[in-house]
Amino acid sequence: MSNAPVDHGRRRFLTIATSVVGGVGAIGAAVPFIASWNPSEKAKQAGAAVTADISKLEDGQLIRVEWRGKPVWIVKRTPAMLESLSKVVDKLRDPASEEPQQPDYAKNDHRSKKPEIFVAVGICTHLGCSPTYLMKDFDAQVEGIPSGFFCPCHGSTYDMAGRVFSGVPAPKNLMIPPYMFVDDTTILIGEDEGTA
Amino acid sequence: MFKNFMSWIEYRMPFMEKMNLHVLQYPAPKNFNFWYFFGSLAMLVLVNQILTGIWLTMNFVPTAEGAFASVEYIMRDVDYGWLLRYMHSTGASAFFVVVYLHMLRGMMYGSYQKPRELLWIFGMLIFLVLMAEAFMGYLLPWGQMSFWGAQVIISIFGVIPVIGDDLTLWIRGDYVISGATLNRFFALHVIALPLVLVVLVFLHIIALHEVGSNNPDGIDVKRPNDGQKIEDNVSDKFTFHEYFTKGGKKIIVDAIPFHPYYTVKDIVGVVGFLFIFCWVIFFAPEGGGFFLEPPNFEPANPMKTPDHIAPVWYFTPFYAILRAVPDQLFGAIFMFLAILFLALLPWLDRCPVRSVRYRSTLHKLNLANFVISFVILGILGVLPATPTYTLLAQIFSFTYFAYFGLLWFYSKNEKTKPLPVRLS
Repeated sequence: MSNAPVDHGRRRFLTIATSVVGGVGAIGAAVPFIASWNPSEKAKQAGAAVTADISKLEDGQLIRVEWRGKPVWIVKRTPAMLESLSKVVDKLRDPASEEPQQPDYAKNDHRSKKPEIFVAVGICTHLGCSPTYLMKDFDAQVEGIPSGFFCPCHGSTYDMAGRVFSGVPAPKNLMIPPYMFVDDTTILIGEDEGTA
Repeated sequence: MFKNFMSWIEYRMPFMEKMNLHVLQYPAPKNFNFWYFFGSLAMLVLVNQILTGIWLTMNFVPTAEGAFASVEYIMRDVDYGWLLRYMHSTGASAFFVVVYLHMLRGMMYGSYQKPRELLWIFGMLIFLVLMAEAFMGYLLPWGQMSFWGAQVIISIFGVIPVIGDDLTLWIRGDYVISGATLNRFFALHVIALPLVLVVLVFLHIIALHEVGSNNPDGIDVKRPNDGQKIEDNVSDKFTFHEYFTKGGKKIIVDAIPFHPYYTVKDIVGVVGFLFIFCWVIFFAPEGGGFFLEPPNFEPANPMKTPDHIAPVWYFTPFYAILRAVPDQLFGAIFMFLAILFLALLPWLDRCPVRSVRYRSTLHKLNLANFVISFVILGILGVLPATPTYTLLAQIFSFTYFAYFGLLWFYSKNEKTKPLPVRLS
């Protein structure tokens, strides 16, 4: 044991240096604990965006793709269908899409990015059945409107923009997922310019 | 023989020493009233929750596929499973009843004031952890309200600018509330948060025993010893731990030992509490739809939103404030502030007089305003948000916050009554 006087400067330096190194180590050790809360690879895969080819989509045709376990519809609406959207406004529960059932870019009269291409989650907002697309026979449900969506479970009806009619069990318009056009004939569902 | 054994222990671990310090020779003011039951009752409910909780985990399956069915299995097929489950679910509501009354007691008698600020802060932390514990526990049965209630509450974090969306994703561990969320909430609910809760309760009591209990008169029972004899001092009859008399430097006035006097008194409280608690468990375990909400008897269905989503009753005052503000972000901020202001009470209240008994009429009215606002917000939080109810929620959110603003304003120069010299 030497009897040299205590070097306080050196002691303070060593204390601070040890604390800093220890602190960095603690932060490093926290990384796996925090990161393990992120969605797992399995969850990420199940939730990944899907692409759909719409080059062969004909006027009035509906195709389905699966995204996060739900059916997503893509419909190429005819000019007549688009025209019918303005005729039904006073019969709808939420014609202006006030409920947050769509991304901001689909909060318009036709609830879509491009007027003719309609994308929606094909799940009735009432009890989760998948409505039927009635291309020509919808006027049996709503007079004078030839096409729309009809849920066979409890009779909820939606127009060609997925807007729910009033007086049916479903409370809300159909959900519009985030989506973007990769090019003119390819849609990416589940991601848009904001999230990609 | 027993004496030898005890001294053998004492030599190696200060068991009797700590018993004397915290129980047998701990001075408690002699005038504790009804409102002083709720601390010990909170401990009782905590033990109930831990014990029944451990037994529930023995049959509960924390997966999206198995959770709902396993709760039904506990209710129907496990011997006395229904009782354990109802003790746990009713216990959650009882916990909040007891804790809210315990907090109100602190507000009435100024128990948060100097030197009990840290004691109050520990209490507020317990309250926060308790809310997290209750919220996560409510997801576990995986019913409709479990799922959609969690959806609403987790989405509150989504309003935080920039990091909100990533934060909710991180909390859920999936793009929607899923088995991953359920499983991690289970882990937090049964291991992490109870550990934190027990440590905080320990610190709460250590802090309490350092500064001593407040009382309905809000005056000190430990005074500097100036050698003068104090007339009719009940404390003369007892021995208190020298830690509290500081070797004769302090004199204890109008206090009695915690045991047997308050242990016996608390037993009366426990009996009264259990009377009501058991009645609820056996005759109204769902609490009229307020303790267990009707949609929760239906399994969680991500495709179907219930018509009306309301949190369990103990969250509704804060939920009403959240909804009262039209902007989502500010709603969340105000909800947070509603709790933060409670934590700041020791510094907002600048009056040297603690107890409401000796404070101004204005303070009494203001405290009544707080209680009424809290209760009405609680009722509004259960009801659907119609324009009328929203307006009412806005008015009572305002009066709720006004309590704190007014208190800060008038408490500096408040006209108080003279304090008594001795406990009444």
